[in-house]
Amino acid sequence: MRRLRTIFLTPAGALMFATLVVPSLIICTYSFLSRGAYGGVERPFTIDNFERLIAPLYGAIFFRSFWIAAVATALCLALGFPLALFIARSGERKNLYLGLVILPFWTSFLIRIYAWMFLLRDTGLINTVLLKIHAIHDPLPMLYNDGAVILGLVYGFLPFTVLPLYATLERLDPSLLEAAADLGSKPWDALWRVTIPLCAAGFRAGAILVFVPCLGTYIVSDLLGGSKTILIGNLVQNQFTASRDWPFGAAAALALMIVAMALLFAARRRGEELL
Amino acid sequence: MKRGLALYAACAYAFLHLPLLILAIFSFNASKFTVWQGFSLHWYAAAMADTELIQSAMNSLIIGICATAIATVIGTMAAYALWKRASTWVSGAMYLSLVTPEIVTGVSLLALFQWSFRFLHLRLGMHTVILAHVAFSVAYVAVVVMARLRSFDPALEEAALDLGATEFGAFQRVTLPYLAPAVIAAAMLAFTVSIDDYVITSLVAGIDSQTLPMAIYAMARRGVNPVLNAVSTMIVVGLGAMVLISERLRK
Repeated sequence: MRRLRTIFLTPAGALMFATLVVPSLIICTYSFLSRGAYGGVERPFTIDNFERLIAPLYGAIFFRSFWIAAVATALCLALGFPLALFIARSGERKNLYLGLVILPFWTSFLIRIYAWMFLLRDTGLINTVLLKIHAIHDPLPMLYNDGAVILGLVYGFLPFTVLPLYATLERLDPSLLEAAADLGSKPWDALWRVTIPLCAAGFRAGAILVFVPCLGTYIVSDLLGGSKTILIGNLVQNQFTASRDWPFGAAAALALMIVAMALLFAARRRGEELL
Repeated sequence: MKRGLALYAACAYAFLHLPLLILAIFSFNASKFTVWQGFSLHWYAAAMADTELIQSAMNSLIIGICATAIATVIGTMAAYALWKRASTWVSGAMYLSLVTPEIVTGVSLLALFQWSFRFLHLRLGMHTVILAHVAFSVAYVAVVVMARLRSFDPALEEAALDLGATEFGAFQRVTLPYLAPAVIAAAMLAFTVSIDDYVITSLVAGIDSQTLPMAIYAMARRGVNPVLNAVSTMIVVGLGAMVLISERLRK
């Protein structure tokens, strides 16, 4: 009886071993090695790479990545909650409105970010319109700064907070709100003191689903942030390509992975399924 | 409060969907600049005449189709096996592959490939990209198929076994037809993820395997380009059509 299951599980198990376990071991090993003369990796074993990570120059990149990811996550939650509430209370058209949130998953993330380059650049639509109506005299520098990166992240990851928040709102017992109303609370009070606290699980799931990918973002910071906004993702990519310092890149990748795992573990321990 | 919420939702949907819509409208603009100067298909013609773009689109299609086919088979089999009896190791590994930041997956696979080339006389190319895409899309397929299996009644399979079907026969003729809609949806998801990936692909691609997102990225880094608006519109419309067709197939 068990033979079919074994046969069916083997390809996925082998694939995961070869493309997840083995590469992780390689990255771990590399992170303790030194950079070779021609960009390879060499002995001796060292912890220099990790020391460099916490040095002021690179420490600042980590700090900035955390800050930008945290702001983007907070904005996604704050902007996502009212939308989730709207969908949960929209009756028959629920599926249509939910579909409009899921739709971006079926388009290209890269193109969605490019669309913002088109809107935000100096000769982009927003600046062109503002110049035409004489609201401004010089184009606003909207592209290539932290604000543009945060905007891109919020745009890209907003659906990731709406979906879990909607899921918790959907399960909310409406009689709790009736009870609050019977006891004299106004709709706003009930929202703050009943609905939002009961959605804590949705907020946590949404926060993790947005924070982890934002922390490791590469495309958004590269395209919308330009060369001024270097985040962990760009640092890792750069060490493995242009700079060819694989051991240092491996240490940065490992640090990113450990932070992501720690956050997921902290969220999962509460006994909730994130997926 | 209700009216305020509806107004807010309208703004939120505009925020989510207007940027792409505006991009699509301006792909038909005759002018190179952000001023409307009449309808034109000029940029579409320019995109279709760009041999490098066409070549990278072909590469993306080949990679997408191969990776989707392999990942759908492996992922569906894994989901079925995990439904029969859970395996902490395999499902844990898949969960991990879903949540690993893309850049980490990319450099890990690059390190793996470069390390394996010490023993194998190979180079980065289409095969490494396909393998990388299979690796990151198997988990998506498994999650989608698993969701459908939760509503499958094991008694149906037991009945088939009682009536003399082999284990594989029962899977093939009872379980798989029930799973078909989820398998199609999973394949669509895998294809979308594959055709859109830039971060991992750019790290493990060789000189002969530039994909469409890589070509788009290189163009975008040089700045906004009306040809790129046309390419973007075609991709979004193409993916949309694919999803609509698969929705029809499922019903």
